[in-house]
Amino acid sequence: MKPPITFSQRLYELLSSMRFAVSLLTIIAIASIIGTVLKQNEPYENYIIKFGQFWFEMFNKLGLYDVYHSSWFLLILLFLVISTSLCIWRNTPNMLREWRTFKEHAQEKSLRAFSHQSSIANPNPSGDVQQKISQYLIGQGYAFKVQPQESGDTLIAAKMGTHQRLGYILTHAAIVIICFGGLLDGNLPFKVQELLGNKRIEVLDIPASQVPEISRLKESNLSYRANMTLPEGASSNVAFLRVRDGYLLQELPFRVALLDFRIQHYPTGQPKSFESDVEIIDPELKAPLRQTIRVNHPLIYKGVAIYQSDFQDGGSGLDFKVWNLSQAEASSVDLKGQVFKKGTLGEGAGKLTVEFNEFRKFNIINLSPDGKGKPQNVGPNTTYKLRNASGQAREFVTYMQPLNIDGKAYFVFGVRDTVQDDFKYLRIPAGPDMELEGFMRFRAVMLNPEYYPQIARRLGDAAMTKDSQLRQQFEQGAQQLLKAFAEGGYTKLAKTIEAAVPEAQRDKAAEAYVKMLHAAAYTAYNISQKQAGKRELATTQENQIMLQDSLNAMNDMMFYGTPYLLQLRDFQQLEASGFQLTKSPGQFWVYLGSVLLVLGVFAMFYIRERRLWLLIKANEVLVAMSSNRKNMDFEREFNRTQQQLRQLLT
Amino acid sequence: MNTNALDFQTKSIWQTLRVADWIYALILMAGAIFAFQKYSQYMDAYEKGFLFAAAATFSYLGWRWKAIAKLVLGVGALSLLAISQYQGDLGRTSQAFLLKFFLGSQTAIMWMNVLFVLAMLTYWFAMFRRSMFVGKVASSLTWAAVLFGFVGLMVRWYESYLIAPDVGHIPISNLYEVFILFCLITASLYLYYEQQFKASQLGGFVLLIINAGVGFILWYTFDRNAHEIQPLVPALQSYWMKIHVPANFIGYGAFSMAAMVAAAYLLAQKGVMAKYLPGLDVLDDVIYKSIAVGFAFFTIATILGAMWAAEAWGGYWSWDPKETWALIVWLNYAAWLHLRMVKGLRGPVLAWWALVGLLVTMFAFLGVNMFLSGLHSYGTL
Repeated sequence: MKPPITFSQRLYELLSSMRFAVSLLTIIAIASIIGTVLKQNEPYENYIIKFGQFWFEMFNKLGLYDVYHSSWFLLILLFLVISTSLCIWRNTPNMLREWRTFKEHAQEKSLRAFSHQSSIANPNPSGDVQQKISQYLIGQGYAFKVQPQESGDTLIAAKMGTHQRLGYILTHAAIVIICFGGLLDGNLPFKVQELLGNKRIEVLDIPASQVPEISRLKESNLSYRANMTLPEGASSNVAFLRVRDGYLLQELPFRVALLDFRIQHYPTGQPKSFESDVEIIDPELKAPLRQTIRVNHPLIYKGVAIYQSDFQDGGSGLDFKVWNLSQAEASSVDLKGQVFKKGTLGEGAGKLTVEFNEFRKFNIINLSPDGKGKPQNVGPNTTYKLRNASGQAREFVTYMQPLNIDGKAYFVFGVRDTVQDDFKYLRIPAGPDMELEGFMRFRAVMLNPEYYPQIARRLGDAAMTKDSQLRQQFEQGAQQLLKAFAEGGYTKLAKTIEAAVPEAQRDKAAEAYVKMLHAAAYTAYNISQKQAGKRELATTQENQIMLQDSLNAMNDMMFYGTPYLLQLRDFQQLEASGFQLTKSPGQFWVYLGSVLLVLGVFAMFYIRERRLWLLIKANEVLVAMSSNRKNMDFEREFNRTQQQLRQLLT
Repeated sequence: MNTNALDFQTKSIWQTLRVADWIYALILMAGAIFAFQKYSQYMDAYEKGFLFAAAATFSYLGWRWKAIAKLVLGVGALSLLAISQYQGDLGRTSQAFLLKFFLGSQTAIMWMNVLFVLAMLTYWFAMFRRSMFVGKVASSLTWAAVLFGFVGLMVRWYESYLIAPDVGHIPISNLYEVFILFCLITASLYLYYEQQFKASQLGGFVLLIINAGVGFILWYTFDRNAHEIQPLVPALQSYWMKIHVPANFIGYGAFSMAAMVAAAYLLAQKGVMAKYLPGLDVLDDVIYKSIAVGFAFFTIATILGAMWAAEAWGGYWSWDPKETWALIVWLNYAAWLHLRMVKGLRGPVLAWWALVGLLVTMFAFLGVNMFLSGLHSYGTL
């Protein structure tokens, strides 16, 4: 063979070579890893926070936020298709030849040079050798051709399992077909249109009707995977395609209306099913088409498959009680809100905007301290932001029902400064009546100096000292203690001790102070109970802990970040269902390619090509065997075949 | 001696079947019909198809490999015995003698664990002693482990329906369950090749990776209580699970076995333990054969996964981390097979590649669940 000379010949040699193909497979594998390590298609702000502006720009240029649709990745895939196609082009003629041919023109000399050959001397009786061999070959499943030689000898060329060669063609054609299908479903047409300036992504959050023509895709668009979120009772005939940091609007050839969305749960609280009752409204239909869409059971209409993909709130109504923590009062005002809407709290400089962001009816949480217990449904919660006049916001979460933590019930309120942080939780004991009012009344007494003399007196009674001066000192101390706690919680208390007590006695003093605080709390609690016409608290271990937790909660409230504590009292749930709408003309080709691929792979592995030549000479039969896969099976088969032939012919 | 060419005729599979083979197939078919009559109202059309396809597949497997027929019958008989002990009451797991000590799903799986550990130690002992007899004992222990493992899974399947009819599902739905499946499939594949190549010296190597799985199962059970049966999330409630998952684990199991044999190859090639191990050509052939099986089934599994994704996630390919890593595994072994089949490459390079391939495979199987998040997050640690 002449060595390739021209550039194009050399290029052809390279692209269709095995070396190139294996390199490509490796490169694609490595390139694919990027997109699994770096989370794809996140909002761009997340990337900026993660990498900083410089690297964000850099990675953006490289298309790392959507690697699998970036130009360079598509280019590699294109090379795979070219390389595979050229492989087919280059090897198919040879494969087809091998598939058909019996290689009946093999020369005696070359047969004798085979690594797997043997000679059977003096076959007997000589007359029906050829007939016996033919019978044998048929019995074994060989196809063969008889070729008389010029020398008067007879060559029988046999083959079996040459369909294996088709495996090569099938697998490689399959790759090209699958890539073609993928290309049909890809976003290449949009990329071209974007490059030409015909289309542009929209980045503003505006109603669908106001999205300009340049960011709209027509019904005729060949393929898409778009999303649609519908609150119950709403309908739409457009869907959204997320592209980079913006979106495109996909117009649909029909209208989808959501009648009802349901979540069913197992007794353990885990979700069992997500179902949407939808109606397809299309002028071509006599009556709207009603169907239920479930996970794993999409609805396919006009070539568009509609999937249940997620769900969210559709604007539920929320009823709150707002407690003002800046006052030592057990009173609240009512507040109504709606998810995705805003409200206000306070007036003047301290005015805050409430942004109601989310409502969840079911929350499956694992509350066991070691994380080993079973997750359970803890009931509804809602998430909202409080934003001040200068635009700064904190996020809050509140659970409607008390949560059972370590066998005790608490109302739980979470707060965080940014969405990256974890929530920090304020836990308020629900008390014997399982409501927040009891705690608030208790707090009102604890923080109100008017009650301090009364509390101190009762503590003094209990101290049982006859010495009036000592008693007065004691009561004064108690009042100071309560004042310090009311003003600055445990921190202020610690400071007071530091200022008044020499270092050596501080531990002892602190112990005494805490003891006194607990005694005061017990008294204050009973004062608050009496005012409300309720029973006094028994001195039990359990109540002791409840009071201690309540004191902790009062202390923690000083760090809650806002004087407004929103308690969720009731809700009117409105759900929204998230659908994905897919039009995928490439699916047929991908599946076809997949079938061919499986057939090809099995043909390549499990059909073994074997060739057998039998040269019948006057006083010997030369047996030569070959296979394009030389492995142990072949060795065994050669040995068996030549032994059987020897037995048969001698 | 007058031999006839017809004496050597290769027989078709039908011609090789004996009465026992037909009885075996009839038992399976009868079982399928019984199950169909009793439970068909709970199955969709595909699942009905799978039921009879399973009877046909295991009939064929049993005809081709007699040992597996015995296993199938053993698993069937013991599972039925276990089920009869329940009398429809889950509480009997800890009361009925047979269930408490042998056949309750948890107990059976523990027996599997113990037997796998014993089998590995016995294999190593047999190898260094060069004892055929001890090697046979090790094989029997492995068979027993596989028997108990499959009984454990079958009984677990039944138990899940005892918890509540809507909780019931085939036990291949989370990491705990598929690890058992992984051990069982890898062991079955190994037993097949052990018989084919008379190579029980490899048992110690292959059982290493199986026992790594056993270690994981034990940790997962005792530290995380993962053995508790959980209901299925909506995305997994599909007939696709019944074919996608087993096909995938034939792939994972075969690749793992190839890697373990590759380790033996590399040691033997360096002269370490060479006198105890089969010849390099045998090792090379086992590596190739298991990668071929693995690749074929991994291809099928990935395609089935894509078809399922098209029904559950709204597209046959979403470049989800699990999908992408499946592609990476596939490309890796595709490259391996190109070098081996087209280039005709042999020797330590491919053995190293098969060994390193295990890391890629294990990352696709486990690493993705541990470190990456995506749609396929059913088996998070």
